[in-house]
Amino acid sequence: MGWILVASAAVILFLQNYPLYIRSVPTENELKFHYMVHTSLDVVDEKISAMGKALVDQRELYLGLLYPTEDYKVYGYVTNSKVKFVMVVDSSNTALRDNEIRSMFRKLHNSYTDVMCNPFYNPGDRIQSRAFDGMVTSMMIQVC
Amino acid sequence: MEAAAGGGCGSGPPLLLSEGEQQCYSELFARCAGAAGGGPGSGPPEAARAAPGAATAASGPVADLFRASQLPAETLHQITELCGAKRVGYFGPTQFYIALKLIAAAQSGLPMRIESIKCELPLPRFMMSKTDAEIRFGNMAELHGTKVQIPYLITEKNTFKRMDDEDKQETQSPTMSPLASPPSSPPHYQRVPLSHGYSKLRSSTEQVHPAPYEARQPLVQPEGPSLGGPGAKPLRHQASLIRSFSVERELQDNNSSYPDEPWRITEEQREYYVNQFRSLQPDPSSFISGSVAKNFFTKSKLSIPELSYIWELSDADCDGALSLPEFCAAFHLIVARKNGYPLPEGLPPTLQPEYLQAAFPKPKWECALFDSYSEPVPANQQLRDLNRMEKLSIKDVADFPVPTQDVTGDDKQALKSATDEALPKDMSEDSATPKDSNSLKARPRSRSYSSTSIEEAMKRGEDPPTPPPRPQKTHSRASSLDLNKVFQPSVPASKSGLLPPPPALPPRPCPLQSEQGSEAELHPQLNRAPSQAAESSPTKKDIPYSQPPSKPIRRKFRPENQATENQEPTTAVGGPASVATVKPHPTVQKQSSKQKKAIQTAIRKNKEANAVLARLNSELQQQLKEVHQERIALENQLEQLRPVTVL
Repeated sequence: MGWILVASAAVILFLQNYPLYIRSVPTENELKFHYMVHTSLDVVDEKISAMGKALVDQRELYLGLLYPTEDYKVYGYVTNSKVKFVMVVDSSNTALRDNEIRSMFRKLHNSYTDVMCNPFYNPGDRIQSRAFDGMVTSMMIQVC
Repeated sequence: MEAAAGGGCGSGPPLLLSEGEQQCYSELFARCAGAAGGGPGSGPPEAARAAPGAATAASGPVADLFRASQLPAETLHQITELCGAKRVGYFGPTQFYIALKLIAAAQSGLPMRIESIKCELPLPRFMMSKTDAEIRFGNMAELHGTKVQIPYLITEKNTFKRMDDEDKQETQSPTMSPLASPPSSPPHYQRVPLSHGYSKLRSSTEQVHPAPYEARQPLVQPEGPSLGGPGAKPLRHQASLIRSFSVERELQDNNSSYPDEPWRITEEQREYYVNQFRSLQPDPSSFISGSVAKNFFTKSKLSIPELSYIWELSDADCDGALSLPEFCAAFHLIVARKNGYPLPEGLPPTLQPEYLQAAFPKPKWECALFDSYSEPVPANQQLRDLNRMEKLSIKDVADFPVPTQDVTGDDKQALKSATDEALPKDMSEDSATPKDSNSLKARPRSRSYSSTSIEEAMKRGEDPPTPPPRPQKTHSRASSLDLNKVFQPSVPASKSGLLPPPPALPPRPCPLQSEQGSEAELHPQLNRAPSQAAESSPTKKDIPYSQPPSKPIRRKFRPENQATENQEPTTAVGGPASVATVKPHPTVQKQSSKQKKAIQTAIRKNKEANAVLARLNSELQQQLKEVHQERIALENQLEQLRPVTVL
C-alpha cells in the first residue's frame, strides 16, 4: 500500500503505510503534510474495507478542512495493488475541480505503472524514477 | 590475470588486475603501442627488443598518458622507475600495467611502492582538458568500475600544457573507447564520437612543449638511483612521437563532427547489440522480457539506480519489455555509462526507437537470417581485428559474462566449443573473411572490435538452434558469408525479375516481383518442397516467422537455386514460367538429393531448437510458479493486515 501525497503541494506515495515517494512544492511544512497524510491513511483504510470485495476504483477522499486552521484538501486514491496516492492541495486553489483531481490521479497511476514496469524497480523501494519525478513536478506546477 | 605473464619480461612484480583494470590497461596499452607505429626513432633501440608477441608502448604516448594522470612529475618519474620501464628501457605490457596501477595508487594517495599496487585500486584517472566546455562530463572516476577514459593523446598533450597554464579542468573527452563491450575498435570509436571534442581541440592543439620535458629530464637522472637506466631516453623521444601521433589523430578527426556522437550507435555496435539481443531472444522482432533484460544488464555492474534510469530512458513504450531498438538503446547507454558518459536527461534522438528503426531497418535482420553462418563471420572479423590489437585484451572480456546462462546454458556449451574451434580456424581465415560482400560492413569491421565484444559475441552470438530468421529482411549487411556471396551476384539478376531462390527468404528489395516470379518458377523447380516454398515465398514478407521449418531448407536450396538461376536466363516476372522451367528441370533432379539432405539437416536443427525452447519453457514455467507463490504469499499478508484499521 503506497501513498502519494501531493500538496500545494506535497506528494507522498506510501506502500503499506510507509512512504514510497514524497514530494511537496513548498518544501517547508513537509512534516505537517506527513502528519496529515498519516491521519488520512486511516480514513482511506476505512473506505477500502468498507468497499469490501468491490474492485478498487478511482476514489476520492475529500476531507474538506482537515484542520480548521489550515485550508487543505486531502484527496486519496488507491490502486489495485493497494498503493495509496494521497494528494494534499491548498484549499485556496479553488480552481481545482473534481475531475481535475481525478485526471491527476490517473496520471499518477500511469506513471506509477511505468515505474513498476522497470525490472530494476523492486516494489517497496523508494521511487527514484526521473520520469516519475518529472511528471509529478509538472503536475504540481500546474496545480499551484 | 597476470600482466607480468603477458609482458614476457618478468621484471615487475606479479600484477593481479581486476577484469576492469585489465581491460582498461590493455586498451591503453594498445593505444600507446599503436601510436608507436609511425613514431620516428620510437624509443631507444631497446624498444626493438620488445618481447616477441608483446607490443611495446611507445614512450611518447605513454608519457602523455602519464601526464594526463595529473600527477606531479616526480611521481611520474618514480612510477616510471618502479614499473621497470627504465630498467628494461621500454614500456612493455608488464611495465605499462604496473605503471598504470601505480598511477592509480598515486591518485588514491598511496605511497609509491611496488606493494601499493597489490591492493585493489580504482582505475587511474586521466584527465583531458577541453578548449571549450561544450562537452563536460563528470569525473567518471566516481563510478566504481567505470573504465578509464582512453586518453586521446592530443588532448593529453593539451592537458599537459594546460595543466601548467590553467586550472586543471576536469573535462573529459567524450570519446571513451567502449571498453565495456561494444565492438567498435578504439580508433574507430574514437573517430566517431570524439570528433566533436576533437574539432575543438584541434583548433587549440599545440605541439607539445619539449621544454617541460627537458625540465623533467634532469630530474629523471638524479632520480634514477635504484633502477637507473635509459628511462630518460624514452622520455626524450616522446616529444617527437607525440607530435606525430597528434597529427595522426587530427587526420582522424577530420572525418566527422556530430554533436551527439556519444549517442550514435555505430554499425559494429549495432551489430553487436543485435547479436546480444538474439542471444537473449532469438526473435529479433520480439521482446526481451524485463527479468531477462534485468539479469543481462545487471551483469554490466552498473548500479541499480543507474540501470533503472537507463531502462526508463530506453523503454520508450514502458511495456516492461525491450524490443530490439530499445535494447540497442539501452545497451548503448550502458556502454556509454561504463565509459564515463553521464546519462542523458532524455533519450538522445539517435537512440530513439524510431530513429534506430530507420537507421538500421533491415540490414541487421539478415544477420539473424544466417545464424549458423553469420556467427563465425563476426568472430572472424573480430578475431582478425583483435589480433591486431593487444592479444592480452582477449582475456579481458568482462562485463557481460554470458547473461543467458540460465536460458541457453547448453547452447552456450556448444557455442563455446564451437567458437573455440572457430578461434584458431578463424585466425587463419582472416583474409578470407567474406566481408567484401558488403563493403559497408567491411570498413567498420576493420576497425577491430574491442576485446570484450569478440569473446562475448562468440559466447552469445552463436545460437544455432534459433528459429531461422526473417526472410524479408534485406541482406545489405549480410554477415553470412557464403550465402551472401551466393546472393550478391544473384541480386541483380533477381532484381530483373528472377526470383532469388524462391523458397528462400527474399532479402532483396524486389520482393513482390520475385515473389510472383518465384511462385511461377517454384513449382517446376522444386519438386521436393514445392508446397512449402510456394506458400512461403508469397508470405515470406508478410509472415516472416511463420515458416521456420522451411527456412533452413530454403537456405540450403539457395545455393542450388543459385546454380539454377545462373543457368537460366533472366526471365520476366510474369513471363513464361514454362520457359524457365524447362531449363531447371534437368538440374532439379540433381538437386533433389541435395534437397533431401538439406531437409534432414533442417529437421535436425529444428529438433535442437525445439529442445532448447522446451527447456526454456520449463524454466519459465518454474519461474512463473514461483512468482505465483510469491503473489499468493503477498496477498495473504495483505489480507492479514487489512482488517486491522489503525486508529
